Amino acid sequence: MSKSDLEKRTVMSPDGEPIEINPLQDYFCDARPKVHEPVLPIFEKFLNWARSESLWVLGFGTGCGAIEMRPLMTPRFDAYRFGIQWRPTPRQSSVFIISGYLSVKTLKRVIRSYEQMQNPKFVIALGSCTINGGMYWDSYNTIKRLDHYLPVDVYIAGCMPRPEAILAGFEKLKELIRQGKGEGANLYAKNFDWYKANQKKIIKDWDMPDYNW
Amino acid sequence: MNTLLDNIKTVFPNAEVWTQRKGLYHMSIPKEQLVTLVTHLKEVEGYLHLVQLTAVDWIEKNQFQLTYILNNPNKRIDVMVKTFIPRDNPTMETIHHLWEQAATYQRELREMFGIDFPGSPRVDKPFILEGWDNIPPYRRDFDTKKYAEETYFPRPGRETHDPKEYMKKKLYPDEI
Repeated sequence: MSKSDLEKRTVMSPDGEPIEINPLQDYFCDARPKVHEPVLPIFEKFLNWARSESLWVLGFGTGCGAIEMRPLMTPRFDAYRFGIQWRPTPRQSSVFIISGYLSVKTLKRVIRSYEQMQNPKFVIALGSCTINGGMYWDSYNTIKRLDHYLPVDVYIAGCMPRPEAILAGFEKLKELIRQGKGEGANLYAKNFDWYKANQKKIIKDWDMPDYNW
Repeated sequence: MNTLLDNIKTVFPNAEVWTQRKGLYHMSIPKEQLVTLVTHLKEVEGYLHLVQLTAVDWIEKNQFQLTYILNNPNKRIDVMVKTFIPRDNPTMETIHHLWEQAATYQRELREMFGIDFPGSPRVDKPFILEGWDNIPPYRRDFDTKKYAEETYFPRPGRETHDPKEYMKKKLYPDEI
C-alpha cells in the first residue's frame, strides 16, 4: 500500500455512482484497545495453561536474529515439540519475536503487526539491540529501548542468542503465562497514550490510524 | 592493459588516470564529462557491469567525491571513475539510462548525502528514512551520536571504557 492509497478520494461504485472514501476511517478500525479483566480466576488459570502450551509465533524477522529462527524451527532444535509454531499472519499468532535491531522504518511495520495480533499477545525481544541499542547504540536510525514502544514480556540477551537460549526464553515465557504475568496486551491498553507518544516521537510520517487492528 | 589508459587519455585529455595494481585502475574526470566517460567505458571498452556507485564527503575541501566502480567481466578488470562535485546544492547527472539499477544507488545517495540526480526515477521517494527532517545522516557534519541520544531514549547505566586503558588496568594493575 502506498501513501496515496490513504488519501481521501472519490471512486466509482460498480453501479457507476461516485462514492467518497476516506481510507483511514473506512478501512481501519481505530477504536482504542481495552483492558480485558479475567472473568473467573480458576477459568483464567486453565486458559493460561492452554495459552502457554500453544505459542504461535509471527513469522516476522526484523533483524539479524531472524536467522536463529531457522535452526530453531527445523529438526535440529525443533521448537515445535514444545507447542511453538510459526504462523504467516498477525491474526493467527500470539507471540511476536523482535529478532534483533529495529530501524524506525521497521518499527512502524512492527507496530501495525503487533496491533493486528489478537489478545492475549506476548513479545519476546532477542539480543542486546532491543535492550539498549547494542552495537547500534549511536546509530541514527535504530531504536534503543524496545520497551518504550511495545510491552516486552521476555528479554533474551546475547548478540545473537543461540537457539538454546531462545528455547530457554520460551520456557520462561511459558512460566510467566502460567503465573498470569503475561499481561502485555493489557499493559499496552493501560498505558496506550504513553506508548503512542513515544512511537509518534520517532515515526515522523505517521500515516496510519492511532490504533489499527 | 595500458592500452585502456592510453585510449582514455587520448579520447579524454581532461581525465587523470593511474594504476593501483594489476586489474584495478583509477580515473578522475571533471563532473561535466563523467557521463560521457562512463558511456564510453560501457559501450566501447566493454565495462558492462556497474559494481557500485557511492560518495565520499570531503568536508574540508567542501566537496563530495562520487565513485563509479565498473567491471569488465571478460577481462576481469575494475575501473574506479571519480569526480568531485561542490558540497553546496550538490547535483549530478543521472546514469540510470545506462544501468537501471543505478536509480536505486542514486535514490540512496539523495537520501543519505543529499545529492540530487534530476530525472532519476523515484529519486524523491524516501528509501529507508521515512519522514527524515534533519540534515542527511551520512554527511560528516551530522552528529549521529548526539542525534541518537536525543531521539531514542538511551538506557541509563551504560558505561563506556577506552579499551586500551581498561585492559591495561585489568591485566597490569600494579604498573599504574
